[in-house]
Amino acid sequence: MLKQIEGSRAIAEAVALCRPEVICAYPITPQTHIVEGLGEMVKSGALTRCEFINVESEFAALSVAIGASAAGARSYTATASQGILFMAEAVYNAAGLGLPIVMTIGNRAIGAPINIWNDHSDSMALRDAGWIQLYAETNQEAADLHIQAFKLAEALSCPVMVCVDGFILTHAVERIDVPTQADVDAYLPPFEPVQILDVDDPVSIGAMVGPEAFFEVRYLQHHKQERALEMIPALAAEFEARFGRVAGGLVRTYRTDDAETIVVALGSLNGTVKDVVDAMRDKGDRIGVLTLCSFRPFPLAAVRAALANAKRVVVLEKSLAVGLGGMVSDGVRKALSGIVLAGHTVICGLGGRAITRASLTNLFQRAQRNELGVLEFLDLNHAVVDRELARLAQARRAGPTAEAILRGLASAAAGARSA
Amino acid sequence: MFQVRIHGRGGQGVVSAAEMLSVAAFDEGRHAQAFPSFGSERMGAPVIAFCRIDDREIRLREPVMNPDALIVQDPTLLHQVDLFNGLAPGGFILLNSSRSFEELGLADLVGTLPAAHAVTVPASEIAMQHVGRPLPNAALLGAFAALCGQVALDSVAMAIRDRFAGRTGEANVAAARDAHDRVRTQMAAPAHA
Repeated sequence: MLKQIEGSRAIAEAVALCRPEVICAYPITPQTHIVEGLGEMVKSGALTRCEFINVESEFAALSVAIGASAAGARSYTATASQGILFMAEAVYNAAGLGLPIVMTIGNRAIGAPINIWNDHSDSMALRDAGWIQLYAETNQEAADLHIQAFKLAEALSCPVMVCVDGFILTHAVERIDVPTQADVDAYLPPFEPVQILDVDDPVSIGAMVGPEAFFEVRYLQHHKQERALEMIPALAAEFEARFGRVAGGLVRTYRTDDAETIVVALGSLNGTVKDVVDAMRDKGDRIGVLTLCSFRPFPLAAVRAALANAKRVVVLEKSLAVGLGGMVSDGVRKALSGIVLAGHTVICGLGGRAITRASLTNLFQRAQRNELGVLEFLDLNHAVVDRELARLAQARRAGPTAEAILRGLASAAAGARSA
Repeated sequence: MFQVRIHGRGGQGVVSAAEMLSVAAFDEGRHAQAFPSFGSERMGAPVIAFCRIDDREIRLREPVMNPDALIVQDPTLLHQVDLFNGLAPGGFILLNSSRSFEELGLADLVGTLPAAHAVTVPASEIAMQHVGRPLPNAALLGAFAALCGQVALDSVAMAIRDRFAGRTGEANVAAARDAHDRVRTQMAAPAHA
């Protein structure tokens, strides 16, 4: 059924259609409306056979989900930003125990300085914890990926994060085709746990494991992700057959067939990039887009196949590996091992900095003219950086940087107004 | 694509206005995308929300940089925020005020726009009259339907009822109709008489 609803609402409705049995959440910032919507559905009776557990922290939220999942319940939670960092220990535990929890990340920046806006620093910080990570391009895909995520998680007994751009998607109201319960039930069978805490048939889960076995347990997590490389496209194809639309998969290409320049991006940024690519194509530029939906497992072969014939690759990244550059680029470069082409990492959108068509057009045109460096920072205000570096050089006790930059911006704005 | 930017203050229903406008367009079978300017909203602080309307899927995720229409819910923002920044040539301005653009010192700005592309409407007073609270958003959406023709008044009414149940919904619909009719009357009158 078509509805004009907020992204968070669409995700809540999709999760509810998956018949979760336990939902745990810590309902303050940086939480989204998703769990609020689910909480209302449980209270009103719209979502039955589900316990909504209001916990005291994000650490508790995922810990309760771990317990619930180990007891055989289909379990869900959502978080973002500092919230996922606070639950980091439990994030590793859920993967190490092989519990098929689904968790939405409403992607936001990580402080300090405090910032509530969108980027991918939060999910990227936990990228190697053993969870599958899928990134949604649209709110429709965000809703659809949750339905696929439960099936994938339970098939592999591996937790899945569905990463959805905070605010840009979670707070946007747009047209969503909300599936029927019958279709979701036909796609997603009831949860059959591979391990269960049962008083009548007791087992231990998560006991101490020494050097004789830890390595193999960790390796088997990697093996699961390799199986996911085959399962993710299969589940996406099955989804398309039932629901009649494309969602998920490892990667998607857009106008890449004869492209000299291919832009790689995750999440909602792909929409703006496609608009820019269409405009540049109209002017004869041979440019296309590779959308990464699965970041863990990283689809090395699919990325290699999509990029192998390009002359240059521009990887847009909404997170900064401080001291290195980009995390997505690492995977892309590995995928292109042995293939010689120009690769550019472009860090963009940190802390909610708007990523505009104008800036992207300029960036891609510079790429076409071979003017891009290995590492670029889109719309970084170099004047502000230089002013702060000069200020820091003047005195040892220069004081806090973020506050000094804000003061400088405020006085510049006041100067502009009085001029 | 038609792009709208709505300015107001926290508590005035700025984000709701953008969402209701998107629902009105959706009800007409069109694609629409409503989203707030992302900030930590608080009562009284300047708030911006956006709405895009198109006949095809909207992929663009940048903030609205060059709006085709501006809706200003709070005229006290005139001296605080660069309200008219980026307004597309030939765009529309809808301002909540009982005063004219001339009285507000905006005659020069409005003069750069085509005739009948800018109106003021006393939306807060209209809301007081019909709803009993000075929440101008529903009235302004009715006025927007008259000014820009992007959505029909009936679609706006449906979107308002979708958001507000029962008597509150009907009162807001009445406010929207009232503002719509006033703008129609203004636009029929000789321009800037």
